[in-house]
Amino acid sequence: MPLSKEEVQHIATLARLELTAEEMERYREQLSAILDHVARLQQLDTNAIPPMSAVFSGDSHLRVDESRPPLPPDKILENTPHKADGQFKIPPVFEK
Amino acid sequence: MITDLTLLEAQSALSRGEFSCRELVQACLNRIAALEPDLHAFLHIAEESALRQADTADKKRAEAQQSNTAVPPLLGIPLAVKDVLTVEGMPCTCGSRILEGFVPPFTATAVKRLEEAGMVIIGKTNTDEFAMGSSTENSAYGVTRNPWDRTRVPGGSSGGSAAAVAARDVPAALGTDTGGSVRQPASFCGVTGLKPTYGRVSRYGLIAYGSSLDCCGVLARDAADAAAVFSVMQGRDLLDATTQDVPAAPIALENGGNLRGIRIGVPKEYFIEGIQPAVEEKVRAAIDVLKSLGADILEVSLPHTEFALPVYYLIAPAEASANLARYDGIRFGPRVEGSHLWEVFYKTRGMKFGDEVTRRIMLGTYALSAGYYDAYYGQAQKVRTLIKRDFEQVFTQVDAVACPVAPTTAFPVGAHGDDPLSMYLEDVFTLPANLAGVPGLSFPVGFDADGLPVGMQLMGRHFHEDVLFRMAHAYQQATDWHRRKPNM
Repeated sequence: MPLSKEEVQHIATLARLELTAEEMERYREQLSAILDHVARLQQLDTNAIPPMSAVFSGDSHLRVDESRPPLPPDKILENTPHKADGQFKIPPVFEK
Repeated sequence: MITDLTLLEAQSALSRGEFSCRELVQACLNRIAALEPDLHAFLHIAEESALRQADTADKKRAEAQQSNTAVPPLLGIPLAVKDVLTVEGMPCTCGSRILEGFVPPFTATAVKRLEEAGMVIIGKTNTDEFAMGSSTENSAYGVTRNPWDRTRVPGGSSGGSAAAVAARDVPAALGTDTGGSVRQPASFCGVTGLKPTYGRVSRYGLIAYGSSLDCCGVLARDAADAAAVFSVMQGRDLLDATTQDVPAAPIALENGGNLRGIRIGVPKEYFIEGIQPAVEEKVRAAIDVLKSLGADILEVSLPHTEFALPVYYLIAPAEASANLARYDGIRFGPRVEGSHLWEVFYKTRGMKFGDEVTRRIMLGTYALSAGYYDAYYGQAQKVRTLIKRDFEQVFTQVDAVACPVAPTTAFPVGAHGDDPLSMYLEDVFTLPANLAGVPGLSFPVGFDADGLPVGMQLMGRHFHEDVLFRMAHAYQQATDWHRRKPNM
């Protein structure tokens, strides 16, 4: 089933992507074709099958909880020109 | 030319003092400078730091000789690194505009271990944006060309690394493999490439795409060289909780070894209609060689193979949509200005991500969204279990399976145009290993009528990389496809 224009707009909003009308239409067509292809998974009966979320489940190794030196903040801030007082600078979150 | 030497040959020549590390590194840099206008395998060439590291290596060797102590195993050997792995102080873009100008403040564990073993980082290689692609055409910085035919792609996403090794720019390169991104370019460029077991090599510093699938691998000229790099970079890392505490079996690659007692399965689902006849022919001939070396060959079945593609193209984009949420224009990469914060996010992401990345973020966002989660992502996770069980079943019968790496040899640049689904079909034979987490090794087994390399893939049990290396090494002792050199 092809995606609607509204659905594509909704996905783009969820993913925080500003797209042009031309891009929206192109992704609508391409994503519809891909979703058609993946729909073949529905033909398998998986009621008794557990989902697999990791290759080796349940045995992640946690390291000892002890403090270690972090990456130096100055070095991290070198990757942006938008900074002040040792912090990242961003535009307002709320409108005045 | 000293750039023609394999890694192990260069290692012994360096230890005999036939040339210095500086001479070797300079020879690589010269070759890269001469070939890059044609090839475009690199996004960053670290000439200055490479020569500095080379001088340090020469000094270390001289000191060790004076005090009669051992040198680090890979001292002075040049290495190229795919541009999705971080090297402190070296620009890292992941082939994306959204990371333009980013200089990572830390080094990936795999790279760090190789540096500690003495390797010299020559530069960062081209990749499809965030490793999403099968041709390097999705790089925001231009396509890499195949050394065997400049009108064709090198495969992807580790296409820069594969081309650099095939062209003799460097003896070895690191790649990453989420759905075939080491094995398929290795196949297209006629080199040997390993995707290790999931959790065998640390992903710390590997910029995340699909975290339950991502693996750091290696591309080299032959199995023995790849094994030498792999055995140094593998192993548990406190900075990656998914690395496993399984000791690596020592990789004993004897010359003239045979494969008696090894059972190899040939999965019928990997020899399907639509596969290029030359690919099937060369792979079957290679299986005959393995048989003549003493291996038992059995037909086996991996019945859910056809579902690997739809499973992968739900799970990988879903994980990508979460992993790539961090690119918001705030902490690294360019920022597209907006009047408030949301606008910065929308504009920066909308303008700086390329087409394929945008497509996968949207696909993954959809698959995870309310109302669709169970039908898409949930179902894909269940079918992933079935695919893993296929391998568990087959590995009760055989030690490894042998099959093609890709349905075709290297395709022309632009062949898949604006049809993403047709590009995804290039990955059908490599995706299952990532979904099941098993290791896969790709190596050259012949050429098609156009003179393009054909690759064969061996997949093995979790943590049995040593078995795959042993088989490929025995094959390479009996054949010389891996010694063929593109005319450049």
